[in-house]
Amino acid sequence: MNAIQTENLTKLYGKHRGINNVTLTVPEGDFFGFIGPNGAGKSTTIRLCLGLIAPTSGSVRIFGKEVREDTTGILRQVGYLPSETAFYNGMRVRELLKLSADLRKMDCREEAERLCRALDLDPDRKIDQLSLGNRKKAGIVCALQHKPRLYILDEPTSGLDPLIQREFYRLLQERNKEGATVFLSSHVLSEVQRYCAHAAIIREGKLLTTGSVEELGHTGVKRVSLQGAQRVPALPGVRSGKAEGNTVSFLYSGEPGQLLSALAALPVTDVSISEPDLEEVFLHYYNKEGEV
Amino acid sequence: MTVFRHELRQGRLSLAVWTLSIGFMLGLCILIYPSMAAQMDEVSAMFSQMGGFSRAFGMDRINFGSFPGFFSVECGNVLGLGGGFYAALIGIQALAKEESGHTAEFLLAHPISRRSVVAQKLLAVLAQVAILNLVNIAITAACVIIIGEEPPVKSLFLMFTAYFLMQVETAAILFGISAFLRTGGAGLGLGLAAMFYFLNIVANLMEETAFLKYFTPYGFTDGAQILTDGALCGKYLAAGAIFTLLGIAAAFTWYQRKDIG
Repeated sequence: MNAIQTENLTKLYGKHRGINNVTLTVPEGDFFGFIGPNGAGKSTTIRLCLGLIAPTSGSVRIFGKEVREDTTGILRQVGYLPSETAFYNGMRVRELLKLSADLRKMDCREEAERLCRALDLDPDRKIDQLSLGNRKKAGIVCALQHKPRLYILDEPTSGLDPLIQREFYRLLQERNKEGATVFLSSHVLSEVQRYCAHAAIIREGKLLTTGSVEELGHTGVKRVSLQGAQRVPALPGVRSGKAEGNTVSFLYSGEPGQLLSALAALPVTDVSISEPDLEEVFLHYYNKEGEV
Repeated sequence: MTVFRHELRQGRLSLAVWTLSIGFMLGLCILIYPSMAAQMDEVSAMFSQMGGFSRAFGMDRINFGSFPGFFSVECGNVLGLGGGFYAALIGIQALAKEESGHTAEFLLAHPISRRSVVAQKLLAVLAQVAILNLVNIAITAACVIIIGEEPPVKSLFLMFTAYFLMQVETAAILFGISAFLRTGGAGLGLGLAAMFYFLNIVANLMEETAFLKYFTPYGFTDGAQILTDGALCGKYLAAGAIFTLLGIAAAFTWYQRKDIG
């Protein structure tokens, strides 16, 4: 069964772009990353999955059920972490966690305590006094404490320090091994590459590609920087070249041998060949779509 | 009833401040009555001869020297303005505050239907209005006993009922508006409550403007009419009931399909 299935999902906000014809499938049990720059439409897609907003056209099914037809039934099986965690002022963390559990008609005290310990969150602190990172932790506990079947997490690690990030992903991997589906959005490619099995890339409201993280990472494109060279070598597969001072850099998607031969003929003092950054990966897929 | 309990908990400080402020003013007005009663014959005559001003507040038709007459004008204004403003404030903020405080996403991502959220928030608004009135009835009763006045039970019951229903109507109308807002709207709420109040004053001034009483929740709170007829005015109550139901229906209908972002 698919945990999430969207078909031609479109959301328009008047003149503003939302998302356009997004068709996405996340099988149950998957650890799925949803990558895209800020404003790409990640949160809009997620809100549509939760029934918070209505689609302009298209459909969203969670565990085979149309979201708008059985929102309550679906939300019972979902743990959601919004990208910006805002809570009610004047409450303590423990009260917030109880409120969340009460809204689910569940007693989650034991699991909440365990999660608070794991994430180093003091449940007796007042929410108003928490730092951004600690608020995020409170949001994470709310999303995890009832052990849902599907986790929908919007930019879950922003604001968390690296140690807590690692612990957070350990918890998610634990839940994933137990059979739960994890769907998380991020604009940090390395994070998705490290933890997710599958991913989709969205940009400007359109889904560019989807597949296994391994496939997506191997774009065949390298970022090449040359020190000492004055110009970008004239080779097939070279693009986005720019020269700054005595450094030139470009993206290369041709034969490695041809590149090395060309470099041997240039007066370079240093060479760096690396994976392109996220924006360049986006551009790669964007170009493939023939839209730039 | 988790949302209901949560709403009462979130609003308890505001409820306490408004209830005690109104109660303090109400008690003060009642306690100064005996010292004013002695001069009341002159005051009453003067108040009834101030033309439009007297008509606006119904003072040309009541005996300001009697306790029920005094209560209907002085205490009526305190309950009318204070209670009306409080009802407007909690009504307009009930649904909109979730979006202005960015907590709507948190709340509505839980397995609770929007219909239930609206119903529980509405009940919480009504409960808070009821608590404010019950405490103020108790304060009034205590103060009436303190000044040794024979309690005009029926008149007080009718006036408190009128002001409670006025607050319910105000809260319901603004609750309906709240469903359409994305910000707290406190200014809009207080502004509309003030407009309702002044609409009633304008309606009292001339026969030609009397129809405005149908369009303000204060239409059936006219102390002079209540004391003269010994009952609330049915036609204005009926209009109030329609606006109350419209406000509630608007909230349920719109919030059901509202985009939460």
